[in-house]
Amino acid sequence: MQLAVWTYEGPPHVGAMRVATAMEKLHYVLHAPQGDTYADLLFTMIERRGKRPPVTYTTFEARDLGKDTAQIFQDAAREAVARFKPQAIIVGASCTAELIQDDPAGLSEAMDLPCPVIPLELPSYQRKENWGASETFYQIVRTLADKTVARAPRAKEPGGRPARVNILGPTALGFRHRDDLVEIHKILAQLGVEVNLVAPLGATPEDITRIGNADFNIVLYPEIADEAARWLEKTFDQPAVRTVPIGVGATRSFIADVAELAGADPTPALGDTSSRMPWWSRSVDSTYLTSKRVFIFGDATHAVAAARIAREELGFEVCGLGCYAREFARDVRAEAARCGIEALITDDHLEVEDAIAAAAPELVLGTQMERHIAKRLGIPCAVISAPVHVQDFPARHSPQMGFEGANVIFDTWVHPLVMGLEEHLLTMFRDDFEFSDEAGASHHAAHSPRKAAVHDLSEAPVEEIPVMAMAMGDDDASLWTAEAERELKKIPFFVRGKARRNTESFAAAEGRTQIDLETLYDAKAYHAR
Amino acid sequence: MSALDTLDGCAAEVARSPNLTPTPARPVLRERGQREVFCGLTGIIWLHRKMQDAFFLVVGSRTCAHLLQSAAGVMIFAEPRFATAIMEERDLAGMLDAQEELDRVVNRLLERRPDIRTLFLVGSCPSEVIKLDLAKAAERLGAVHLPRVRILNYSGSGIETTFTQGEDACLTALVPVMPTLPADAPKELLIVGSLPDIVEDQFLRLFAQMGIAKVGCLPARNARDLPSVGPGTRYLLAQPFLAETAMALEGRGAQRIDALFPFGVNGTTDWLRAAGQAFGIDPALIEQVIAPGRARATRALANLRPQLEGKRITFLPDSQLEVPLARFLQDELGMELVEVGTPYLHRAHLARELDRFGPNVRLSEGQHLDRQLDRVRADRPDITVCGLGLANPLEGEGLTTKWAIELVFSPIHGFDQAADLAELFARPLRRRDMLEI
Repeated sequence: MQLAVWTYEGPPHVGAMRVATAMEKLHYVLHAPQGDTYADLLFTMIERRGKRPPVTYTTFEARDLGKDTAQIFQDAAREAVARFKPQAIIVGASCTAELIQDDPAGLSEAMDLPCPVIPLELPSYQRKENWGASETFYQIVRTLADKTVARAPRAKEPGGRPARVNILGPTALGFRHRDDLVEIHKILAQLGVEVNLVAPLGATPEDITRIGNADFNIVLYPEIADEAARWLEKTFDQPAVRTVPIGVGATRSFIADVAELAGADPTPALGDTSSRMPWWSRSVDSTYLTSKRVFIFGDATHAVAAARIAREELGFEVCGLGCYAREFARDVRAEAARCGIEALITDDHLEVEDAIAAAAPELVLGTQMERHIAKRLGIPCAVISAPVHVQDFPARHSPQMGFEGANVIFDTWVHPLVMGLEEHLLTMFRDDFEFSDEAGASHHAAHSPRKAAVHDLSEAPVEEIPVMAMAMGDDDASLWTAEAERELKKIPFFVRGKARRNTESFAAAEGRTQIDLETLYDAKAYHAR
Repeated sequence: MSALDTLDGCAAEVARSPNLTPTPARPVLRERGQREVFCGLTGIIWLHRKMQDAFFLVVGSRTCAHLLQSAAGVMIFAEPRFATAIMEERDLAGMLDAQEELDRVVNRLLERRPDIRTLFLVGSCPSEVIKLDLAKAAERLGAVHLPRVRILNYSGSGIETTFTQGEDACLTALVPVMPTLPADAPKELLIVGSLPDIVEDQFLRLFAQMGIAKVGCLPARNARDLPSVGPGTRYLLAQPFLAETAMALEGRGAQRIDALFPFGVNGTTDWLRAAGQAFGIDPALIEQVIAPGRARATRALANLRPQLEGKRITFLPDSQLEVPLARFLQDELGMELVEVGTPYLHRAHLARELDRFGPNVRLSEGQHLDRQLDRVRADRPDITVCGLGLANPLEGEGLTTKWAIELVFSPIHGFDQAADLAELFARPLRRRDMLEI
């Protein structure tokens, strides 16, 4: 048994729902008790979908157990097919139905339904949401793909048919999938590459049958599409582009990879004039971003991309990197090694909270979970990955991928921080009441460190109080001489916590029992970048 | 297709329910099929806020944990007073002893959270299916951790409980540990059903003004500070979904005060008056105590009545609050009830409420979701009260909706909340008329 307060991922059948809800004319018959219908609200409330997810929950009750739960499943499946007339159905069990072992696969096979039935085996007690989405998509592709499709060979010289590609991975409830797709279409149009199919988002089961018509695949979200892409590679000899175009550098590599496989000229796409992020990052106001310490946590793909952008495109220092998706831990460990740190692979948010508090970053890039952690710790934060929240479905176009995605990322990550010019003003006028330490960044009150945050903690048991708040306690203060404490107050508040910690750790390492002015400046010299 | 055709079509599906006493007076459409409701675990969201010293540990699956965080909507608290012990493959395959695992998890939890005084082990669908004996676990762990922590158990599983029935199950678990009110003790009043503190305080003030000396609340704000129960207890249900709790209380000698539920002017008046009468309070004093709140509520509702009068409303089954709320909207705001669906109809507790329904109200119990939505589409009510999973899809079809869950989370009982309650229905309609996009 694992004790969990909040979870990063839902159960695997929610992953299957994300695929089913993304597709058209597919229906999911889920053997499940009534409470499992809560999952509908993820799609209708968080994503604001105006349609019910195409899911029929069989709704068995305690009194049905050991009697007619199998019959309930068959009735529900028959009714769903008659009512919704899907081109195909997927059938499976939620965690409870898995225990009663009704075998939805066998039951539906025996029913002779008028459409293809794709049975899913999603072990609820071993696996989680992303795995469930990946497995579901793979089973759909494997079952429905027409293996007799033979695509016409393509002449590389002008006049031949354009290259065709499948875009794989976008689902319902995905982090910015809707908008990323727009950017990918834009790039492919610039390269003259035709889109054979986007799946699962917007695809019908009939569309899936012709998946073999593409010359190659783009694996946009490996968490969901990698498994299917590997099968397609084997079955249809379709190579895959696995570069995820998040960030300017990755977008350029992506364009080069697609152009290479398509035999196209990458120049027009590479010269996209809407790419502002490189200049924004080079402009002088961004100087203050240099070596800002950033802690990154998310699903594997977005976390790895964020780390690379942070290092190479914004000049941050990555002081923490991790993911909750164990399936992709290797990629995260490799990127962490490039950052010179150890990766944090965990799905326990309390562990993440401890790691963030210990790393004392200046910016947190994470999921909604880390947003809450950062808020409690008074650290600016931007959201980069699922699990999603209603705020992650903005009305405006807000991609992560492509050059426009990089522009969006620049704004999203930099705005929570105190801006360059403002940072100088705060230093110059810090004794002015309008620039008091409590003011924080003028444009983001929600992100400024507040005394109230500490007050809230007074009701929490001691071991829950985050390290940063503890550092303000009397025990630590007594180490400091009054003079050193006064000097510390002259340091701008947004670096003061770090200065205090650095000094204290330096003093501890040096075995000094008191922190005086001398120690403060020795520590400053020791930690000088 | 007319709504009536659908009704006829449904007649064949009327569930066999021998337990229910047939009352020929009013036909009830009973349906079985897909339900779109939360399970009883959801009650933890408000129960853990109400009982400030209690912790709720769900013994379940990842789905249970996901439900709780999705239903809670936002993660407000650093560490809320609920969590899930997620069962894993090893627990099910018998590689680990589930009871031993539970001991380990509970011990770790209690070590981390010394503030917990009452711990509820909450059963879920998977724990019920594998017949994990949580009563035994509660007894064993209780022996270890008492007196510091009292350990109780109940089931919030979706195979047995629907949404608010989780609170019913939780309160039922509290009844056996309530102190005994001696048989010769003077009569005491017990308010049953969790209410927001502000509403509870309003009621307590009114009862104090009437001169009812001892008034207890179940649940108490502090779960270790439960009121007494015995033959002298007269209990008043504040919520209509507490069938099991009521039975357990009666098992300990308590007697129910029959009244309308305290929604709106009429419901609140009847509820307060019934309590006063049960305690032999001078009728003139009762009226005097009730009068100011009653007048305030009447005035406040008068402002809202024009917005709701004549509007047609359908309730989809959700919280069991449907019947008394529908009665309020019909009687005090002049709304027309099209269909009132409820997951479970407690005929005895709701008898007086149902008596007030007009003859054409379609009353339904249980759910066959797709057929019910067909009826909504055929009826086209002005407003449909439904769960979060259905609201936007119905809005997408041009039907105005009200999220049912807000009726559970908001203070809606009593005189001073009557207008707030009406406003919850008026606002979506007003918004629909305001928007020009």
